This record gives sequence, structure tokens and C-alpha cells, in this order.
Amino acid sequence: MKKWLAYACTLLALALAARLEAGTIKIGVAGPLSGAQAAFGEQFWRGAEQAARDINAAGGIHGDTLELVKGDDACEPKQAVAVANRLVDHEHVTAVLGHFCSSSTIPAFEVYAEGGILSITPASTNPMVTERGLPTAMRTCGRDDQQGVVGAEFTVKHLKAQRVAVLHDKDTYGQGLADAMKAHLATLGRKEVLYEGLTRGEKDFNALVTKLRSVQADAVYFGGLHSEAGPLVRQMREQGLNAPLISGDGIVSETFLTSAGGPKYVEGVFMTFGADPRKIPTGKAVVEKFRQAGYEPEGYTLYSYATMQSIAAALTATKSRDGVKLANWLKANPVETVMGTKRWNAKGDLQTSDYVMYRWTKEGKYEEVADKP
Amino acid sequence: MTGHIFAQQAVNGLVLGSVYGLIAVGYTMVYGIIGMINFAHGEIYMIAAYLTAIFLAGLTLLGLQSPPLAILLVLAATIACTALYGWSVERIAYRPLRHANRLAPLISAIGISLILQNYVRLSQGARTQGIPSILDGGFHLFASGPDAFVRLTHAQLLIVVTAIISMFLLHFFIARTAMGRACRAVQQDRVMASLLGVNTDRVIAIVFVLGAGMAAVAGVLVTLNYGSFDFFIGFVAGIKAFTAAVLGGIGSLPGAMLGGVVLGLAESFFSGFVNTDYKDVFAFSLLVLVLIFKPSGLLGVPEVEKV
Repeated sequence: MKKWLAYACTLLALALAARLEAGTIKIGVAGPLSGAQAAFGEQFWRGAEQAARDINAAGGIHGDTLELVKGDDACEPKQAVAVANRLVDHEHVTAVLGHFCSSSTIPAFEVYAEGGILSITPASTNPMVTERGLPTAMRTCGRDDQQGVVGAEFTVKHLKAQRVAVLHDKDTYGQGLADAMKAHLATLGRKEVLYEGLTRGEKDFNALVTKLRSVQADAVYFGGLHSEAGPLVRQMREQGLNAPLISGDGIVSETFLTSAGGPKYVEGVFMTFGADPRKIPTGKAVVEKFRQAGYEPEGYTLYSYATMQSIAAALTATKSRDGVKLANWLKANPVETVMGTKRWNAKGDLQTSDYVMYRWTKEGKYEEVADKP
Repeated sequence: MTGHIFAQQAVNGLVLGSVYGLIAVGYTMVYGIIGMINFAHGEIYMIAAYLTAIFLAGLTLLGLQSPPLAILLVLAATIACTALYGWSVERIAYRPLRHANRLAPLISAIGISLILQNYVRLSQGARTQGIPSILDGGFHLFASGPDAFVRLTHAQLLIVVTAIISMFLLHFFIARTAMGRACRAVQQDRVMASLLGVNTDRVIAIVFVLGAGMAAVAGVLVTLNYGSFDFFIGFVAGIKAFTAAVLGGIGSLPGAMLGGVVLGLAESFFSGFVNTDYKDVFAFSLLVLVLIFKPSGLLGVPEVEKV
């Protein structure tokens, strides 16, 4: 008798659980939540979490609420694939927001495409993310070939640099960015004086800095992340090499300041990044909400918010959970996001991207370079 | 190629090599005495970097202004703390497995290494941490033009000088003191030494503590020089230092330092005059070459088969 009661209770509990399950839509949030790039993972999570909360408060998706599932790839391609498989097979997510590092995003997006799950990255800028014809792969950021153009134009026309050295960190993102820079430098009639890769995880780049001195570089472009850019710029300044350092969106974090060792080393470092999303008028209310919670929505936080809004918009409009259908809807329809109206092309790239040049100031903040040539 | 660039690369290599050498000493001492690799050694170095930042912040809070005094105090406190870590590693990962299969302590040391890494990650966060630079400035040597000079920062000078002093102190300890004699006895024949009344467990613990102390010196110096660190720096540094120890002849103290400097110079010169992408390939090719022609390393003593 007791046994029978226990079975009945279990069945009832299972039935209830199943009912609750029907009312939620699981969205995976994947990125480096641990590891050296965890600062960016936090930006992803903060943005996605706030967006999901706001969407749920406004009624959810036809009454269903969004539920977020964390996926930590630590910016490791192998772990990213494992995380992707877990999100697809075990968590049964409907869509994925992520990943951060291009080297993680590229293999992970294949897993999502096989599973027919919509995957949008707020930050991976390597062209290969959307160039492989995966029907469910999209992004809400620009591409390195666009970023490299802005970097090269700025270096040649604004900084008037003659002897440009191009460095990278031998990773998919960093080297891709350096290659884009190199390609556009060539079209501007400049040949780089040095093109070399350093090793991620190391701290001593003095030998490379001395080499920069020996080739008399008057501008240094670095494709890579803040964990290497910081020590690199510090050792440049310590060896008396005052050439400007120009980099991409891999150093958009306060952590860059820490890894360089203080504001006096980052002063005069330039970087390309999308027009400051915090200044777009449509996002004002959301930015205020973040600041009230004691969090400055820097870097990719608002990109992550906008990505979650896009996923929600597609879910609402199509009433479908099919990744290809969702992606096709997004590619055909504009979405109102916290970062303004977003439109995608057939590849899944944004139709317009607005890279601008920023400068790190001696207060340790970054600001747009206003005086364009 | 001009002279000052060559000299600058030599300085770069020497500084890098001194750091490798200091960490390598820990590997070589442990190997010399128990014939095993201490895989948790790189993590001790990483913990020393964190302790440096913590103690430095503490001293600043107490209102200590003088950099030399602060550095000395931080060095002493960090060595004391990491010595405790070194002792614990031996106590937890090695001593209970003293008579087990050779593979067992190796695995348990890898386990300790993972535990320490993740313990720091969870307690201190995964973000890159940093300290404000307290040792600014440096010298312009051989200045012969606006761009032609050799730059040696105060922090770099401190690294080389401290490395030399620590090596001499360690050498003195091993060669001249009673405890050092016991260390040498255990290295030559552990069973015989214990039969003659040497407390071998104590000697092995001391060796772990000394190794950790040297890693702490390296951790403090590197943190002062580069200013930033994260929970993963122990891995790369450990691999490089282990390579240096093998290159110099594992088991030999001067060998570890020589191996470190050779490795540092090789990396710097190859990076500076050939290609940075392949500097690690060059460093490891050098290791392979040395081991082919001198299997016991540069200063290692060939192992005599005991009958």
C-alpha cells in the first residue's frame, strides 16, 4: 500500500514537472565564464540575464518564460564542443547565445547547426563564423575584415604611420584580425615591417619588443586579447618604445588596465569597437537599470542583451522552435533592440556594422576618437 | 644589426633565464633527492604571485611607503607562506605514497596541481589580477643615440641580482651546513643514510620547502616586474622551468640555473633575430639536441648502474 502511494506521488510529481517544463523556453548562454577571458563571460551573462528578466516581466514568449542555462567553454575549442553537445543533447535548449572566442564559436556552431538550433554570437568577429553556410549561425557584431579596414585606415591616415608592425596571438581571432589588417594595409600601399605571433599565456615579450625597436616600428598593431596586450604595451613603454599600439575588440575590458599595470601604460592605446552602445538613445533605460544594480554595462554586455532580444523576437513572431525557421525569420525581418534596429543579410551577418576607433585615456577609461582626419 | 639590439636581447634573455632558473631549482632538488618530478611546483610559483599582491596590499594599508622595505617584507612573508604549501604538498601527495609504485606519487602531484589551480580560481576569481608598479624606472646603458641604448629596469636588475644571491645561499646551505650534508647523503643513498641515523623524511620535507621558497622568490620578482598574473601562469612557467632543469642536467643545482639562462637566452635571441612564432620550437629542439649528445644534461652526472 505504502509502495503504491509512493509510486503515485512520484508519477504526480513527474507530471507536474512536465507541465512546468512546457511553460519555459531554455536558452543556452555560452562563453568563457571561467579562465583568463572570464571578464567577457561575465559581460555575456549579465546582459543575457537582464534581458531575459525584462522579457519575462513583459509577458515572456506568448506566456512562456525564458530560462537561461550556463555553458562554460573557458575559451577552449575542445571544451566549447563539449558544452555545445551538452546544451543540445542534455539541456535541450531552443537557442544559444554565444560563444565569445572565435576559436570556440566556429566548432561549436557546427554542433548547433547539426541539432537545428538557432545560435547567435554577440562577439565572435572572425569571418569563418558565418562564412560556412551554416543555416542557424548568426551574429550581432561586426566582422574582422571590417574591423581590420578601420584599423588600417586609422593607422595610415590618422596616425600617419610609415613603419607598421603587425603582431597576433596565433589564435583564430587574433591572427584573423592581424591578417585583415595586413590585407588592408597592402591596399593602402603599406607593407608591414614585421608580422609575427606571440604565445598566449606568456608574460615576457621583451625579446619581441626589442625586435620592434630594431625594425624601428612607428605603430604596432596587435590582434589578440587583453591578457597579452597588457604586458606587451607595458614592456614597450618600459623599453622606451613609444609607438602607438592599435588593437581590436579583444581588449574592451577594464581588465586590460589591470593586465597592463595601470593607466599610465594604457594611455594612448587605440582599439576598434562598435560605436559605444551605451550612447545609443534606445538603450538609455536599460543602461540605467544596469547602473542602478551597480554594474557598468561595458564591452559586450549590451550586445548580449540585444542578442537575447533578437532571439525572443524570432520566437514570438514565428511561434516555432525550429532553428532554421527562426534564423530565416531574423534574416528577413528587422528587430528593434537596445542597440537600435538590427538587420541581417542572408549569411547571418549584420547588414551594417559601425566600427569606430577608441582611445584609452590616462584615467584608464576609453573614449571615442573624435577628431577624424 | 647593431650592437645595442644584441646587448638588449642578452639582457632580456638573462632576466627571463634567471626566472626559469629559480623555478627550475625546485624541480631539480626534488628530482635529485627522490627521483620524481614535482608537478605541483608551478602552482606554488603561481600562489606566490597572489601572495605578493595580498601582502603588498596589506603593507600599503598599514601605510608603509618605502619600496625596498616593502619588497623585503613581502619576500619574507611570501617565502614563509609558500614554504608551508611546499611542505603540505610533500606531506599530502608524496609521503603517504613513499613505498608505492613510482607512478602513484606522480599522479597525486598532478592532482594537487589541479586542486591548487582551481582553489585559487574559485577563491580569487578567474580574472587577471595586478599590482600597482612600485618599482619604476631603470637605466639607459651604452646610450649612443636617441634610440640606441640598452634598457635595464630596476625590476629586471633586481631579478638577476636576487637570483644570484639566492643561488649562492642555497649552495652554501647544501655544501656547508649539517642539514645540507644530510641532503647530500639522502641523495646518494636514501636507505644507507637512514641506516646511519639521518631522518630521511625530514630531509625530504626540507627539500620541498627549499624548492617552494625558491619558487616564491621567482613569484615575487615576476609579479614586481610584469605586474599582472592569473591562476594559470603556473602552467607555462612550470613547463619552461622543467625544460630548463632537464637541459641543465636534472639533479644538479648549478645545472638548473645554467639551463634556465641558456633557455632564456636561446628564446630571446631566436625570437629577436629569427622568428617569434617558432621560439618554443627552437627551445625544445635545443633540448632534444643536448639530450642526444649528453643524455644527462649540460651539467648532469651520468647515472651509474648500481649492481
